[in-house]
Amino acid sequence: MEILIYGTVNSVIFALIAVGFTLVYGVSRVPNFAHGSIYVLVGFLTWSFVNDLNLNYALAIILSLAIASIIGLLIYRIVLIRLRGMATSEIIASFAVSLIILEGLRMQGIAGFKGFIGPFYVLKPFVEGKIELFGIFIDYQRLIIIGAGVALVTALSVFTHHTKIGLSLRAIAQDERAAMMLGVNSDRMAMIAMSIGSALAGLAAVAILPLGNISAEVGYRVLIYALAVCIIGGLGSWGGAILASFVIGFAMKISTALFGALWESVVLVGTIIVILLFRPSGLLGKQKELEERV
Amino acid sequence: MAYLLAPRLLLIMGLLVVPLFVDMYWQRVLCSAGIYALLALGFDFLAEYAGLVCLGGALFIGTGGYIAGLLNHYFHLPPLLTIPIATVAGAAFSTMVLIPCLRLRGIYFAIISFMFPLFAVFIIIALNVFGGTEGISALDTFPSIWLELYLILAAVLVSLFAIRRLVNENMGIILRGVKDNDQAVRASGISITGYKTRAVFIAALLGCFGGAYLSHLYGWLGLSLFAMDFSILPIAATVMGGMGSLVGPVLGAFILTPMSEALRGFGQLRVVLYCLILIAFMVYKPEGIMNYLERKYHQFEKWEEV
Repeated sequence: MEILIYGTVNSVIFALIAVGFTLVYGVSRVPNFAHGSIYVLVGFLTWSFVNDLNLNYALAIILSLAIASIIGLLIYRIVLIRLRGMATSEIIASFAVSLIILEGLRMQGIAGFKGFIGPFYVLKPFVEGKIELFGIFIDYQRLIIIGAGVALVTALSVFTHHTKIGLSLRAIAQDERAAMMLGVNSDRMAMIAMSIGSALAGLAAVAILPLGNISAEVGYRVLIYALAVCIIGGLGSWGGAILASFVIGFAMKISTALFGALWESVVLVGTIIVILLFRPSGLLGKQKELEERV
Repeated sequence: MAYLLAPRLLLIMGLLVVPLFVDMYWQRVLCSAGIYALLALGFDFLAEYAGLVCLGGALFIGTGGYIAGLLNHYFHLPPLLTIPIATVAGAAFSTMVLIPCLRLRGIYFAIISFMFPLFAVFIIIALNVFGGTEGISALDTFPSIWLELYLILAAVLVSLFAIRRLVNENMGIILRGVKDNDQAVRASGISITGYKTRAVFIAALLGCFGGAYLSHLYGWLGLSLFAMDFSILPIAATVMGGMGSLVGPVLGAFILTPMSEALRGFGQLRVVLYCLILIAFMVYKPEGIMNYLERKYHQFEKWEEV
């Protein structure tokens, strides 16, 4: 029972982390390697709004989400727009942006080498306390995460399938030239995708970070998790991403229960390699299979 | 003849003579610049000639370094033996690790290869083997600074010219074919994965040599062999020097490493600075220094004829 409940929480955390990355890359083909850094940045901003400027918690969250989406937009407008179409350069440039943000934050003393001695940066949960569920204690924050995850995924799938912007986003992913002929401005769409994706990363951050510390290392880990979910699930498929987050979430939880917490990452690599060996295009990935993979 | 020889001799002499005129500290810096140059060369070869963008240079350094260090620590082999063994065994090992991912292309391979060094760190911490988080110190070092200096410079020059030659042989042509249109190569009855494996092995040889050398250079091995620096700086050097020119990345490494050494006072801000340089080059001068110089040099030749 404990595995079931905490496994679900874990899986939803993965889904929340990956959803922004999937939207930006799987849907509009911009590999946003700055995903993890924006996640940490939002955590840090919220923390300092609350603790340095004494703002209201909700207001702080809204402000930092707005800042995150503006940063995402600027990253695309200033850097990525000039490299559009060259996947390699896009990866390297966005990863460089991510390093700038993360290492810059580390200078600010946000954990890393200072964190082990100095105070940890911790966001406080929305609602304190825990509840007993089938004999297992679970705190409210984890329940909130599950609710947020379900709501977000539903909202996004409605957004990409039934609104004009969402449909245009998918159009430029499938065939950029045809979409442009039909009057979709591909640069503007990519810009919108980046800003939505960054806001989603931020949303995941404010929901998940109360469970742990904010540190620069979290940024790298979040990026890896997002990539892992995307690769395992297959790109451009919501179902795949959700399935993959459940596969990883439960695989990691079960291995923790059986062997201990340190084995988590080993299991993660193992899962990725096994799935790539048997299904190179991911669990549910079909889009453009021949062009992308051999 | 002189037209062709001059730039090559300039590079060789430059690399061989400069160490004579700098002090001990900067000689050490040149040693690590050599390691980065090897990595950058491997990255450029993989990215431009085989179409595999490998963001995980640290995997090669780490594997080579750990194998050499462990052989030295547990079996007391001298560096003369450990370095060749670690180069070949490390390259074989990292190629084995990467084989499942070779079916991926472009961005997917980049993503996966980026994850490997980080996972290697997790695994070493999780299993607490090979010295765990502490690392192993007091390995054998080289007898003199001149040996360590000229060993790495010779390795850089030899591998630079070897790879330049390789990419114009049949194998290089096939690899470029794999990069540009792998379905066509496949239709010609050539195994793409086989050739990709060979290309990765070659790049891994360079990286693992650098790693093995590094662990003997400082007489120490630890988790920082898998550090992000070894993945990022070579890429910055390649972009700065000019992708696809092979010489460019080497030059870039020999410019960037001393520069980042001079910025050591800034601590972690160094990474930020060289990322800024990287982005600036990418956005404003995508061809890189070397391609620019080469064009100018050819123009110069044309003027002389006129």
